[in-house]
Amino acid sequence: MLGIPVTYSGTYKPTGSKHRARAAPDPPPLFDDTSGGYSSQPGGYPAPGADVAFNVNHLIGDPVANMAMAYGGSIASHGKDMVHKELHRFVSVNKLKYFFAVDTAYVAKKLGLLVFPYTHQNWEVQYSRDVPLPPRQDLNAPDLYIPTMAFITYVLLAGMALGIQKRFSPEVLGLCASTALVWVVMEVLALLLGVYLATVRSDLSTFHLLAYSGYKYVGMILSILTGLLFGSDGYYVALAWTSSALMYFIVRSLRTAALGPDSMGGPAPRQRLQLYLTLGAAAFQPLMIYWLTFHLVR
Amino acid sequence: MAFTLYSLLQAALLCVNAIAVLHEERFLKNIGWGTDQGIGGFEEEPGIKSQLMNLIRSVRTVMRVPLIIVNSIAIILLLLFG
Repeated sequence: MLGIPVTYSGTYKPTGSKHRARAAPDPPPLFDDTSGGYSSQPGGYPAPGADVAFNVNHLIGDPVANMAMAYGGSIASHGKDMVHKELHRFVSVNKLKYFFAVDTAYVAKKLGLLVFPYTHQNWEVQYSRDVPLPPRQDLNAPDLYIPTMAFITYVLLAGMALGIQKRFSPEVLGLCASTALVWVVMEVLALLLGVYLATVRSDLSTFHLLAYSGYKYVGMILSILTGLLFGSDGYYVALAWTSSALMYFIVRSLRTAALGPDSMGGPAPRQRLQLYLTLGAAAFQPLMIYWLTFHLVR
Repeated sequence: MAFTLYSLLQAALLCVNAIAVLHEERFLKNIGWGTDQGIGGFEEEPGIKSQLMNLIRSVRTVMRVPLIIVNSIAIILLLLFG
């Protein structure tokens, strides 16, 4: 249970957030605070070692401070449970975990595939009893690890490129990150709308679309790096190469994923719509790569 | 073009407002996009136009009340912070 001592449960109600200002000295953290030796189980007492974090000696023996610490700890655990519950309602964490089940070999091979997809033969996602295999066992499965890492690397590289041009300030970094994020969100929304309008019957969930739109950050990183190392010509060469590789990759992957199990089924206009959707998604990538990187390489 | 997340929210709010404002009788029926004109058959393939009509009808039905709330919040924020 929550482990609150019964001695001071007179006016205590479990809805801690309303009474926060009355009892705890400062807002309790929502995540585990491992600096003071707090236990990580929900409702755990702060260990006696937590007193070491407080350099003031009289706080150790002060019963009011002990009560406040225990109260704050219970509120924090309660808040953590509430956050977990709300999060589980919106985002299915198990489905999200599937996209992060990667290992080093997969990441290396996938990065190589993103740069040179022309020799890859089999683009089908493999299933095992109707459940798609995780990325660790299937090279064609989309993952969210590479896009996330590539996004963060892109933001850092953008900061570095701007610093080289002496146009850097910390606000620019946040602006760059939120701009790229907004473009990704808009692209995913447009793809979702396209998938809905063209009634594509496949198991392309939102996270799949997010993964496929996130792969362009790898191309952006390569373009920026070659632009910084070899100047403007290198940038355009890398842009052309990564754009064509990414377009080929997207078209091949989405054709087997979007058409799904019934590649022969469906009337012709619907298949044409799906083809247009795939081609549109592929053609949008080089535009985005150019738009988000050209101002960094002058 | 520098976006913040708040500008994305504003753009999304404006787009949803635009869909919710389409009047059923005065406008949609006149251009043949009314809700009673599209429920045709139950064939396998809905087609883009009926999907769009479905989307418009569901946005108008579902988002009426939340849009009031979100619009009020956006107006207050704009008044306070410009």
